[in-house]
Amino acid sequence: MEPLQILERVKNQFGDRILEVADRKLDPFAVIDPKAIVEIGRFMKNDPELQMDCLSNESGVDYKDHIEVVYHFFSYQRRHTAVLKVKLPRDNPSVETLENVWKSANWMEREIFDLLGVNFEGHSDMRRILMPEDWQGYPLRKDFVEPLEYHGISTVRESPIIRLDTKKK
Amino acid sequence: MSTLRTEEMTLNMGPQHPSTHGVLRFVVRADGEVMREAIPDVGYLHRSIEKIAEKVGYHGFMPYTDRVDYVCAMFTNQGWGSACERLGNIEVPKRGEYCRVIAAEFNRLASHLLSIGTMGMDIGAMTPFTHAIREREMINDLIEELCGARLTFNYMRIGGVAWDLPPGWREKSNAYLDHLEPILDEFNNLLSYNKIYVERLANIGIITAKEAIDYNLVGPNLRGCGVKWDIRKDIPYSVYPDFDFDVPVGNGHWGTLGDSMDRYMVRVFEMKESVKILRQALAKIPSGPVLAKVPRNFKPPAGECQIRVESARGDMGWYVVSDGTGYPWRVHVRTGSFAAMGIIQKLSQGLMIADLVTLIASLDVIAPEIDR
Repeated sequence: MEPLQILERVKNQFGDRILEVADRKLDPFAVIDPKAIVEIGRFMKNDPELQMDCLSNESGVDYKDHIEVVYHFFSYQRRHTAVLKVKLPRDNPSVETLENVWKSANWMEREIFDLLGVNFEGHSDMRRILMPEDWQGYPLRKDFVEPLEYHGISTVRESPIIRLDTKKK
Repeated sequence: MSTLRTEEMTLNMGPQHPSTHGVLRFVVRADGEVMREAIPDVGYLHRSIEKIAEKVGYHGFMPYTDRVDYVCAMFTNQGWGSACERLGNIEVPKRGEYCRVIAAEFNRLASHLLSIGTMGMDIGAMTPFTHAIREREMINDLIEELCGARLTFNYMRIGGVAWDLPPGWREKSNAYLDHLEPILDEFNNLLSYNKIYVERLANIGIITAKEAIDYNLVGPNLRGCGVKWDIRKDIPYSVYPDFDFDVPVGNGHWGTLGDSMDRYMVRVFEMKESVKILRQALAKIPSGPVLAKVPRNFKPPAGECQIRVESARGDMGWYVVSDGTGYPWRVHVRTGSFAAMGIIQKLSQGLMIADLVTLIASLDVIAPEIDR
């Protein structure tokens, strides 16, 4: 099915829990109610017409006034894709985990938690994955300020060219 | 007897360990030689490449994509290039696409050679590794002639490739392929069909097709489970529809469907298909420009898209959000190794510690691609 048809089918099933279907030229997507993500996910996975057996990508985007979590679904049997989004507030963003529907969500959600600070309710292992465990802040947020040092290791480097110049003097 | 257990041992493996192909760490909980669980700990190579993209602009990010996966950097170049072209609605000249495919397939050969060579080395067969690396060096020489670099190529640009094929390069490449094909068979006789090697790999780390899709495994790891799926064939991009090639899948010939041996053999057979594609591409390449006209200050219209390319480690997804300025708002790379790493904890339960090494090698996990 075409991406837009898939989104329409989900819209028919869930009505006003689909907040918006955006018909974009490149990748159409639907914005849904964050509370309904697991329900809609289960429906898309088990519906015989959709059969979304794979959560191929899950990522987060910080839009300064809100945070979006973007889900790219894919079906190996039907060979079609669909994109869903949830919009979350910037302070204490939280959404239910999809780990119990697709196993691949486990690590991808840990990454979003690590880099954007989105909490996934019911996740079995909500720890930082890429950054050190004692890291402060969420690097992919737009207002993240890079610390000057980490445990005494400087994160800035003096330019070697400037240093040569000062030596000459 | 099966209920008799000794004291549980917690072992640390890595981050510096010869068999982890990069900087990976495992915390192994073992009962004697049998693992209860191996818990992966990643992030040692995290360089925040996605954050860098937001600061350096579209053209400037190309050299950084090399570092996402430095073993097959052509595909990360291609992924970033095609994502930007899709956003900006740019058409790549036909010759440019051919150059991309040729460079990428050579890179796939190099990456698979490294993968199967190190796999032998992890098991203790040092000689096949030197043979594989020798062949890979020759590919590196060819690519060096093409773009001046041996690993971090920075060969592709938004809208095509940076340089046309140098004079005489096609003949050289054809001569190399003539030389490589018999070597692949020789390599099989040397390593793949060796009884000890087969016994170390067959029936180890079995993944079912359903599990593989659930964990989002891609590329050779997915095809090793018998799923005939290749982005080059099934969602064709670039000029791949012009070529005639097969998609090898695992068949459980040596043990069980979806075991380490199947994943290994898929890579071996895939190299033959790459040779096939390369021969056709080198023969068919049209004349013309290799780079479309793209403004130096490239500003794609606001929007977002996802691009999937078949890298040596499988389906690589580039999700790019543009806000209409010269800097991408958000870039996210979904890589094959990241997914493969996520399944290790489950697969390791009940394996011998020595088999963890072959399991990592058979999934072809590359550390920079996990951490980015």
